[in-house]
Amino acid sequence: MKSKRVLITGLSTYWGGRLAQALEPDERIEALVAVDNEEPSVELERTEYVKVGTQHALLRRVVEAAEIDTVVDTRLVVDSATTSPRKAHENNVIGTMNILAACSGPDSPVQKLVFKSSGHFYGCEQDDPAFFEESMGRPHAPKTPIERDIVEAEASLRDFAEKNPLVDVTVLRFANVLGPAVRTSHIDLLSRAAVPMILGFDPRYQFVHEDDVVHALEHAVQRELPGVFNVAGDGVLALSEVAGLLNKPYAPILPPWGTGLATAALRRLGVKVPPEMLNQLRYGRGLDNRRFKVSGFRYGHTSRETVLVLGEHLRLHPLLRSGAQEPYRYEREVEEFLRWSPHVRGSQTRNRPTLSPEQVSELQKLLEARSEPEAEPGPPPDDPLVEADPEPAGAVAAEPEPPEPKAPEPEPDPGPPFEAPVDHYDDLAAEEVISLLGSLEHEDLLALRAYERDHAGRKPVVGAIESVLARRGQPHLG
Amino acid sequence: MAQSSRSTLSRSHQESANGGGASLPAVRDEELREHLPGLEPERRLTDWGRSERIEGLLDRTLVDFLYKQWFRAEVEGIENVPSDGGALLVSNHSGALPPDAAMIGKAIKEEHSRPRPLNITVEHFFKGYPGFSMLIPKIGCVAAHPANVHRLLADEEQLVLVFPEGRKGTEKLYKDRYRLRRFGRGGFVEAAMRAQAPIVPVAVVGAEEAAPVFAQLSVLKKLTGLLYVPVTPTFPHFGLLGMLGYLPAKFKLRFLPPIRFDEPGLHEDRGFVQTVAHDVRALIQEELLDMVGKRRSVWFG
Repeated sequence: MKSKRVLITGLSTYWGGRLAQALEPDERIEALVAVDNEEPSVELERTEYVKVGTQHALLRRVVEAAEIDTVVDTRLVVDSATTSPRKAHENNVIGTMNILAACSGPDSPVQKLVFKSSGHFYGCEQDDPAFFEESMGRPHAPKTPIERDIVEAEASLRDFAEKNPLVDVTVLRFANVLGPAVRTSHIDLLSRAAVPMILGFDPRYQFVHEDDVVHALEHAVQRELPGVFNVAGDGVLALSEVAGLLNKPYAPILPPWGTGLATAALRRLGVKVPPEMLNQLRYGRGLDNRRFKVSGFRYGHTSRETVLVLGEHLRLHPLLRSGAQEPYRYEREVEEFLRWSPHVRGSQTRNRPTLSPEQVSELQKLLEARSEPEAEPGPPPDDPLVEADPEPAGAVAAEPEPPEPKAPEPEPDPGPPFEAPVDHYDDLAAEEVISLLGSLEHEDLLALRAYERDHAGRKPVVGAIESVLARRGQPHLG
Repeated sequence: MAQSSRSTLSRSHQESANGGGASLPAVRDEELREHLPGLEPERRLTDWGRSERIEGLLDRTLVDFLYKQWFRAEVEGIENVPSDGGALLVSNHSGALPPDAAMIGKAIKEEHSRPRPLNITVEHFFKGYPGFSMLIPKIGCVAAHPANVHRLLADEEQLVLVFPEGRKGTEKLYKDRYRLRRFGRGGFVEAAMRAQAPIVPVAVVGAEEAAPVFAQLSVLKKLTGLLYVPVTPTFPHFGLLGMLGYLPAKFKLRFLPPIRFDEPGLHEDRGFVQTVAHDVRALIQEELLDMVGKRRSVWFG
């Protein structure tokens, strides 16, 4: 896996947040940076949030400073009911262009790009094949704004892939997503008392579960998968079948002719039928999902099971709504404190900043520079504080590869003094040392870390020094 | 009512040029075949929208009556339909609301040692017309898209029936009966070659007399947006049900020995494709003339 330093765009969207949460436990990923111009809507542990939209100059600085090797773009708006067409265009077309601009160039560290697209790329027409394969384009030019945007965004991606042949570009085209947590126009429609249909039509529908979407993105990050892939659950259902699975009657209330006028009337009643959905309600769409399965992906849910899960959720929803938890709110200072403060302790909170992978690599460089075998920090395995955390020493030992040529920060002279930079250092308790750290200079901290490692080797102290160092070392990411 | 479209079947993947975001790595067909979606026994529809319930209901009532009592179908050479693997059945086509497709499907169900469902390719028109769009897939019809035919033949290894004459076959008037129209552009041959599935030519006698078309009403056709509005012995003066007013002509179906294409890449030779298409047409035409010549009575065979 070559993805070690990942940047996620669109963190505040449902998919960005879910993906960040899913990637956090993966220890192979050293750095997890996420950007958006809105604050994240889910609780995150080690993902570093940078408030930046799609301004390519700023993004490029973030990408280069953090040496991002993988960019996952989850921002695409595929449902025109969620925002205005102008904003959707701005996000889908201009935003994608900017992100690609931030990743391109001969000296860009980006080696891989994962793009979340949609089955709307294919559209829905009368003379469509029953199963769209990835190699098929659109038989007809797109007619709705969202579809136009998606086609345009994919076109710029194709262009990017051609101009940057060394970058792996993965495009995932998802079928309609259903699930208990996500909100889409189709879920809206299926939550009504009856499922609205166009008279005389029973379109074929394919769904994908929200968890499968996240897993698919994860799968694409973890593997080398250049190319386009359809992601859709097994099985194509007729809409009448979907209504049956949800235990709802279907209501053919939309007339086959003048359907657009009828939906305008429905909109006044509060039922939103976005234009790109109208053709799907008429002709339906099926995707050939086999190429993604060949790449090793296994779906957790078939289309039918996805609908059943939604049905269960819709039945429980009225009961659960009253006791709903307060939604997560992002507080910058709290997040900063939890990530970087030396006072946050591992034993009491899972948010304790352990040795992050960046720090491990820094440590590794330091070790190699000194090339002293006894400097390998092997904390005793029975240390209760260490057991709950990812094992930093193990991570170092498991990475025999040489350090990256471009170090993010210059290392000081390789032979630090072996004297305690603080008087009577050995007499101090770990807590006392930690409380002193904030007042020390960078050089002193490095020296202290080396000293502590060689002498007492107290794990909490070393960890705290690392976090202070890391916090000072990356002011531009804050 | 089943018909294949001449233009769509022969349309190749011209879209592939504006396809994916990056070049697609080659995935072998066998590998893809292994990843076809599994069967979900709780479902009543297939992925194509076929409903065994509705199809079975129709089969036990109307189709059974037509096959056994009304048309008294006689079948020859049913053993020429392979009992496994994909195969493309190619037949002549005639009559308003053509009964021939249903009879071929029924013949395989009734006479074959290993009955298999038959997928009937129809024009894309039906997917866009309210009512038809709902019903047509339920009884086993699929749109005549080359990708659909390929998936059915090569990946799902099913039987597919095409009418290469398409609309021209059902539009033709009674005076032109049993004279085959042009066989499209050979798209069906290309599909069979690409899937390396055999072609089984089928000659059907009786459908022309069962639903003779005396004239076409072009004004009504424009008003309703239908493919054509024919004048038959019972339509339009007996209303819509008049479309089902078949005359009790004797049906004879003859399945001819399969033509095999076991070599890969044959479909790339346009000239060869055209030649085979022409040969298949000539073969069916010959059989038809032979069968009509031997027939003593239109009604009793």
